[in-house]
Amino acid sequence: MIRFLLRRLGTMAVTLLIISALVFFIIKLPPGDFLSNLIHELRAQNDNASIAKAEFLIKQYGLDRPAWEQYLIWIGAMPGPNGFSGLLQGDWGWSFEYDKPVVDVVGDALWLTLLVNLAAVIFIHLVAIPIAIYSATRQYSIGDYLATFIGYLGLATPSFLLALILLYYLNRWFGISIGGLYDAKYAGEPWTWEKIRSLLSHLIVPTIVIGLAGTASMIRRMRANLLDELGKQYYVTAKAKGLGPTKALLKYPFRMSLNPFIADIGNLLPHLVSGSVLVSLVLSLPTVGPILLSALKNQDQFLAGFILMFVAVLTVVGMLVSDLLLAWIDPRIRMGGGR
Amino acid sequence: MRYDEGLLEEPMEPPLLSIRQLTVDFHTDTGDFRAVDGLTFDVPKGRTVALVGESGSGKSVTAQSILQILSKKARISGGSIIFNDPTLPTSVDIAALKPEGEAVHQLRGGRIAMIFQEPMTSLSPLHTIGDQISEALLIHADVSKAKALQRTMEVLARVGFPDPKRALRNYPFELSGGLRQRAMIAMALITRPALLIADEPTTALDVTTQAQILDLIKEIQAETGMSVLLITHDLGVVANIADEVVVMYRGRIMEAGSREEIFRQAQHPYLQALMRAVPRFAMAENERLTPIREVRSTALARAHAPERPQPQGPILKAEGLTKCFALRSGRFFGKPRMVRAVNGVDLALPVGRTLGLVGESGCGKTTVSKMIMRALAPDAGCVLFDDGTGPKDVHGLEGKELTAYRRSVQFIFQDPFSSLNPRMTVYEILTEPLRIHDIGTSDARYERVKQLLDMVGLDQRSLRRYPHSFSGGQRQRLGIARALALEPRVLLCDEPVSALDVSVQAQVLNLLKDLQSVLGLSYLFVSHNLAVVDYIADTIAVMCRGYIVEEAPKSSLFRNPVHPYTQALLAAVPDPDLDRPLDFAQLRADRFSNPAKWPEPFRIPDGEFGVMEEIEPGHKVRLGRAKAQEAA
Repeated sequence: MIRFLLRRLGTMAVTLLIISALVFFIIKLPPGDFLSNLIHELRAQNDNASIAKAEFLIKQYGLDRPAWEQYLIWIGAMPGPNGFSGLLQGDWGWSFEYDKPVVDVVGDALWLTLLVNLAAVIFIHLVAIPIAIYSATRQYSIGDYLATFIGYLGLATPSFLLALILLYYLNRWFGISIGGLYDAKYAGEPWTWEKIRSLLSHLIVPTIVIGLAGTASMIRRMRANLLDELGKQYYVTAKAKGLGPTKALLKYPFRMSLNPFIADIGNLLPHLVSGSVLVSLVLSLPTVGPILLSALKNQDQFLAGFILMFVAVLTVVGMLVSDLLLAWIDPRIRMGGGR
Repeated sequence: MRYDEGLLEEPMEPPLLSIRQLTVDFHTDTGDFRAVDGLTFDVPKGRTVALVGESGSGKSVTAQSILQILSKKARISGGSIIFNDPTLPTSVDIAALKPEGEAVHQLRGGRIAMIFQEPMTSLSPLHTIGDQISEALLIHADVSKAKALQRTMEVLARVGFPDPKRALRNYPFELSGGLRQRAMIAMALITRPALLIADEPTTALDVTTQAQILDLIKEIQAETGMSVLLITHDLGVVANIADEVVVMYRGRIMEAGSREEIFRQAQHPYLQALMRAVPRFAMAENERLTPIREVRSTALARAHAPERPQPQGPILKAEGLTKCFALRSGRFFGKPRMVRAVNGVDLALPVGRTLGLVGESGCGKTTVSKMIMRALAPDAGCVLFDDGTGPKDVHGLEGKELTAYRRSVQFIFQDPFSSLNPRMTVYEILTEPLRIHDIGTSDARYERVKQLLDMVGLDQRSLRRYPHSFSGGQRQRLGIARALALEPRVLLCDEPVSALDVSVQAQVLNLLKDLQSVLGLSYLFVSHNLAVVDYIADTIAVMCRGYIVEEAPKSSLFRNPVHPYTQALLAAVPDPDLDRPLDFAQLRADRFSNPAKWPEPFRIPDGEFGVMEEIEPGHKVRLGRAKAQEAA
């Protein structure tokens, strides 16, 4: 087991190394970078003081060096102008666009993103699983058709549109949450009880909007999985034992049908960050989605690189977590045998 | 005693279960049909009643009705199922109970327990044996978890688990098929039910395991006095353990009576036909099975073997075939263990003959056929194929010669359901080999396919249909037609009839026999069913743990089996003949499949191979070390 874990951690490190190289070189692929573009602009305006500052920054971050050296400095495998200072050392770099360290730019946004999306994921499971169980056990009933229909609606409605509609009506009827994740007056304030309350009430709309599309597809997949399992012989055995229908269902076929969802955790985690860009823009949520978008557009390389690496780490860690969870709940995988 | 309608005698003691005029209807998208139609029979206390019939005869539906676990599409639309539980003051009509009511839950698994055909799929792979068995007790009795586990251990010990304590923590996939079925039986017995319903309890098991399970059911019945409703299509099993027999066909009773009456004087033509369709050991040399529905073919009568050079010796030969597999063992990715699946196997298949390869699951017979097909590479030894130009090593063939070999050797699979692509029409399936080998124009292929279909007795209108619209037997004939498309010389048949009903089995066996005599084919016939191999093969090789332990022409093998394993295997086959009952006592020993425990001179200790010795012309037996040293 420990050998397996060590091997997995080793391959994870290699994977991340390869991803970091890809991320860096793809960001560098278009000619120029944020600073040299800036310098061009400033030259046109003859603003010498700003040019000097930009040139200082170029030196500071070694942007005049060859790309591969820049890469090694960025990940912290080669001494830059300030010695070893890169991702490995916990220095996430400088955002030229915001003229702040990446840490300060991303900071709160990162955790709020995770919070919003985690809420959405919990919402998806809480809503989808009961509905899926209902429609699988009553296949082709009116309720099943209704759930299917609503599910398709959820799947087909563009979430940003839904966001706008909900935003309007919730505000009109209940007077809550116009964009953002907390009231504007709390921005930059320390976390107080009121701020958290405000955050929670602002969470409702994004949770529903982001969650609804996921709920629909989850219902469809869960229903299909469960229907497969309901036809299996061991479920008949459980019923023939005299087990009540609910207990028999939850203990046997339902547990079997969870496997694909646990295997999916690895895909779910990165989705938490990058999956809701459009909705975040519409609802003006302070999440990393919009930040990433503008960083990529402006070639703000350290900011974009960091966010992408963060997503990559989430993916790899998610895969590991789902593998370990699968081994934990499914003895067939744990013991490496069986069919 | 016959249950003629309207002439019901009331027996002295009320039977445990009496079914009267039971009718079950299915409502499906393609229309309604009646699966059980006015069924009437009794299960007396402490007796075994066998419900016999082909698949689709309604016997399983009857069993499901008794427990009210019918599928959603089915409904009991008439009749009664009266259960006279000796522990209850009054009898209940199960058919009138609510399917998911409390009363039904009490009966299910408590007073009436059921075991199923597939011990692999009948147990949940995610829960331990201990959990699943004790659960049955926890539902029905007011006991603590610890007490329930204690009882589980006792029951596991009773059904023959060598280490019940460890078994509690075992998962189903860690157990052999026999042990899994024992676990199922333990689960059914832990609540001491009054009635045990066994739905094909031994069909998926090896013959020796089957005999042990039947023995176990009989013993426990004697101990507890429970009644058994046994559902099976195997008349051999019925002859050995049933007291009374009910024969069903299309939801109706064809014949019912005591075992003696049924087997000594079968009245109904259907039952007589069923009996004639089953291969038996005592069959005469050229006796032919009579399938219930005979298949006719005009193309077959006109067909003949293509002209081609014939080999001098055997067409296919295996010499010293050996194959090892690495097994992942133990928990958490332990070290792999090497298992010798095939151990120095020598075989020779003469032109136009059939070589039967018999053995229990896991003995290596499928691995041998895969190596012959060149789907697996042997670790040692070689396969020689002779197309008339001299023997060549199959695993050394390349390019054109390999393609020619692929044409000459074709495969017939066990499962007619998964071996045909459900998304291809019959026409596409049958022309695929021709297309792959680029043979003929499309017109010629069309003609060939029509001829093939006729040869296996299928209608030419089937060409545009998809496999799912055919029955199991028809699909297997499609599989045979596909194998014949390239005019092969050798057919490797891996359990070709074990997934089929007895009536259909006879049909397919006869077809294979006819094809052989007309087309001059050679068969390697792999099966676990001795009676089937006896019917079709000329020479039989018996395999155990990767060894060929005995090889002989079929007459001398059955007349004079020498090796203890062969003897055990023969003794374990239930014969549908009351005068040849199973000798359960002999089969109880359970050491016939372990080479290290065979009696001298057959004993082969670990790490040795023994030697084959010819004891009469063509009859060879593997002997252990003592004999080998003597010879040296």
